[in-house]
Amino acid sequence: MKRTAPLLIASIAGFVMIVAYFIPRTQTWGEDVSVWFDILAAIAFILGGGNLLRVQLKKISDRRPGWAYAAITLIAFVVMLTCGLLKIGSHPNEQHPAFAWSGTYNQTGTPFWWMYEYLIVPLQSTIFAMLAFYVASAAFRAFRAKNVEAILLLGTAFVILLGRTAAGVFLTDFIPSDVLIEDPTFMQHLISTLRLENLTVFLMDIFNTAGNRAIMIGIALGTASVSLKILLGVDRSYLGSGED
Amino acid sequence: MFELFRNIDRRWIFLMMFLCVAVPIFVIGKYKTTFPEKPLVLATNVFNEIDNLPDGSRVLLAFDYDPGSEGELGPMATAFTRHCIEKHHKMYFIALWPLGRQMIDNAVNRIIKADFPELRYGEDYVNLGFKAGNEGVIKVIVTDLRKLYTTDSRGTATDEIPMMQGIENIQQMDLVINVSAGYPGTKEWVQYAVTPFPDRIRLVAGCTGVQAPLLYPYIPQQLPGLLAAIKGASEYESLVMAKYGGENISGKYLEAQRRMGPQLVAHLLMIFLIIAGNVIYFVERRRGVRQ
Repeated sequence: MKRTAPLLIASIAGFVMIVAYFIPRTQTWGEDVSVWFDILAAIAFILGGGNLLRVQLKKISDRRPGWAYAAITLIAFVVMLTCGLLKIGSHPNEQHPAFAWSGTYNQTGTPFWWMYEYLIVPLQSTIFAMLAFYVASAAFRAFRAKNVEAILLLGTAFVILLGRTAAGVFLTDFIPSDVLIEDPTFMQHLISTLRLENLTVFLMDIFNTAGNRAIMIGIALGTASVSLKILLGVDRSYLGSGED
Repeated sequence: MFELFRNIDRRWIFLMMFLCVAVPIFVIGKYKTTFPEKPLVLATNVFNEIDNLPDGSRVLLAFDYDPGSEGELGPMATAFTRHCIEKHHKMYFIALWPLGRQMIDNAVNRIIKADFPELRYGEDYVNLGFKAGNEGVIKVIVTDLRKLYTTDSRGTATDEIPMMQGIENIQQMDLVINVSAGYPGTKEWVQYAVTPFPDRIRLVAGCTGVQAPLLYPYIPQQLPGLLAAIKGASEYESLVMAKYGGENISGKYLEAQRRMGPQLVAHLLMIFLIIAGNVIYFVERRRGVRQ
């Protein structure tokens, strides 16, 4: 029963979605299933929070290497959650001034807002910005013209790197552009494509799109096959090992 | 010299990258100059899609990004908001990312409240906030917006919001604008909103550089315009500011064009490093063959 019930729910929900897509009369069924999904997704946040507490507390109690980080994670989680849930420092909403908790949790000046503005924003931005340093180091150490494929990749990289900046426009500004010509001939259009900014668009538009479409079709076929396996109960890996 | 480069510590490369980004930021900040921008077809399409709508059209702005990608996507979100304001469009903000709500608040506080205080909440713009469920949210709101959005982000019932009167689903929006940093984002909007209703829902988007190649296959049928990374934002921003900027444009409306300076120098450094790395590689290989 522990495994049969989830299997049935997944199967029924999946088939309802398929039926709702093809039969307009059953469209509302599909909407209802989507709403269930959204409610489950919201509950998953609570489960996620519970799981975070469980895992981090276990790390701390076992004194595993790096347990101090687990403690920091827990403290940050609890403090942020408390400030948000209790709306600490938040002023009541103008429409309902008599109700102390009618204000929003992230009002300017509240501890929640402060932590978001001065901790989360700089931390996330820093982590993202650090990519530039690692990419630069990798470009120097790993990007080698070892064979024809690598040379093609290098050439493309140069075109894109230059084409996405003002340098691209400046370097190939001597090539006549067809933008100002009312009815450009094929040759004029071809010559204009050699401008770095146009070459970038050409590469993305033709080679990249063709490759990506092929990959997407492959993924779609794979997804359809896996989905059918799940709906028919053949693939049960999403239910976990069933040991606990 | 060769040995010096061959054994260069990676921290020197980090320092070079730091200077390549920091110096242009300082120079552009001090002299307030930007590189000239030439808008290409995709940015022009985005501009036209918004600009050609009749004044006062309904526009859904989905801000699906977080502070991590704010550097790349923030300027285009600013430009989208400014453009919609100039066209007097009704703006409906939503977010599929938990931190997207703060991104909406930023746009509202920095642009609408700061520079256009005459705009009224609930009549000219509304923040419907974040909803969990990723593409599940899109699937529902394409046919029934009120099933999920019973209140706005402030807790006001949607029935009490003037600009929500008569809005049943997002098919009634004249345009959907998505600022996307990943999943859920533009791909999901294309798959679950535009594809089932190709004649009723039109979508334009701005996305991060790594996402752009994955979205090109949807151009032009499902996605008539796309702003790819800070370059796309810069092109679009230049179009918006050329038409609506006026004389003294505030720096916050030129952020994308300003960020193209550090990008240019950083890209040139990358090209230099790739060439230097390959020169070392070929010299080493030649020496190895001789030995």
